[in-house]
Amino acid sequence: MLPTAAEPSCYSRAVNDWICGQYLTDRQQEIIDATLQHVAITVVAVLVGLVIAFPLALLARRLPRLESLVLGTTTGIYTIPSLALFPLMVPFTGLTATTVVLGLALYALTILVRSLLEGFRSVPDEVRESAIGLGYSRTKLLFGVELPLMVPVVMAGLRVATVSTVALTTVGSLVSYGGLGNLIRDGVSTNFRAELLTASVICVLLAVLLDVVLVGAQRILTPWTRGVRT
Amino acid sequence: MNVMSEAWRYLSEGENWTGSQGMANLLSQQLLLTVTALAAALVIGLPIALWLGHLGRGGFLAINVSNVGRAVPTFALLALLVVADWPGTQSFGPYGRAGLATLIALTLFALPPIITNAYVAVREVPADVRESARGMGMTGPQQFFRVELPLALPLVMSGIRLALVQVWATATIAALVAGPGLGRVITDGFFRSDYGKGIAGAIVVAAVALVLELLAALVQRLVEPTHRVAPSPHREVGMSGGASTVEESTDAVG
Repeated sequence: MLPTAAEPSCYSRAVNDWICGQYLTDRQQEIIDATLQHVAITVVAVLVGLVIAFPLALLARRLPRLESLVLGTTTGIYTIPSLALFPLMVPFTGLTATTVVLGLALYALTILVRSLLEGFRSVPDEVRESAIGLGYSRTKLLFGVELPLMVPVVMAGLRVATVSTVALTTVGSLVSYGGLGNLIRDGVSTNFRAELLTASVICVLLAVLLDVVLVGAQRILTPWTRGVRT
Repeated sequence: MNVMSEAWRYLSEGENWTGSQGMANLLSQQLLLTVTALAAALVIGLPIALWLGHLGRGGFLAINVSNVGRAVPTFALLALLVVADWPGTQSFGPYGRAGLATLIALTLFALPPIITNAYVAVREVPADVRESARGMGMTGPQQFFRVELPLALPLVMSGIRLALVQVWATATIAALVAGPGLGRVITDGFFRSDYGKGIAGAIVVAAVALVLELLAALVQRLVEPTHRVAPSPHREVGMSGGASTVEESTDAVG
């Protein structure tokens, strides 16, 4: 194959550069699509994990006997490698994005249940007692006092869950819903270095970006902590 | 549930377990990979982390190595190592195709939980205990080996346990980049639309993961100092408090 003027400069049969600007412009749409899919899977998975973790944490707090059961089960799920968890869900959810989202939500769940329980413990008893003394109902105590005070501890867990979910989403390429993981898999099978490195770098940048967003959200949610820390 | 019965059939047929590409062989290959990588990570990471903890320096590095480890996808690192000129896909002794690349990736991902937990474990030894040891005239090494290390052991062990889970998970993912191990049964099954086979592989991988975790928990319980000497209640509270928070914050999985 003779190189022609139209041929990409850095991923022809002869050259296989790690860094290639040409690739970024030629396959722009493909890269954007993969990134959007990656973000969507990650965000939905963490949100689903949070929605399941919240009632579980409330239940575990109310019934201490259930706490070890909840923690034991979620830790057990966490032990299962992602590449094995996704196939185990396929009989129920098929080869769909749901398989990946639910699988990742199960991992996020473990971290989130723990940090929610830790968050409940971080609320000082005096604060809780004062609220009850002021006539707060259970619901008002939970949403008006406990949850706001828990934000820093829960946010720490949410950041860990989000960053690791971004990384794990790539494994979803097993069922073709892996976001940037699909590009990584394609890069391996076609020995295409630029594609592989680009997708990997975007993946790490995505994790950092979402982490920064969460730190920003935490600052907005807890205005009273500003000024204390200088 | 048709796929499930196919998976059971795959598991129950003896010929799927025997032979060079049989599951028994792949299983022992993956166990060998896991043990080697974990041992390498212990040899490299443990002395550095314990030493830094003893000195009380390098905390920023020891803590943040876990954050970095979490953000880098295991799949991406494996892929980069395999496609690079070195180590590439070359076979490496009993570790099979892309054995060296897999071993390097596994060791790298085992390091963060080991380093972070070992560092924090030594730092968490209560200051008054440390001072008493110094007051008794213990030298630096004596302080480390007789006081800090025994008290740090439970938390060090929980770091090793996390690393074990991480290494087993990453070793499975190696199959996505044509590496060795049991993950190959899963990827072969899925990429050739033989889902029963894929799910059968997943069942074996998951079951071994749970067994390894239980074994690690058992070992951890055995080295717990409370089983040998009963420490003063005050010290125990201090250590277990530190242990639980760190164990929860250094989760990492593949």
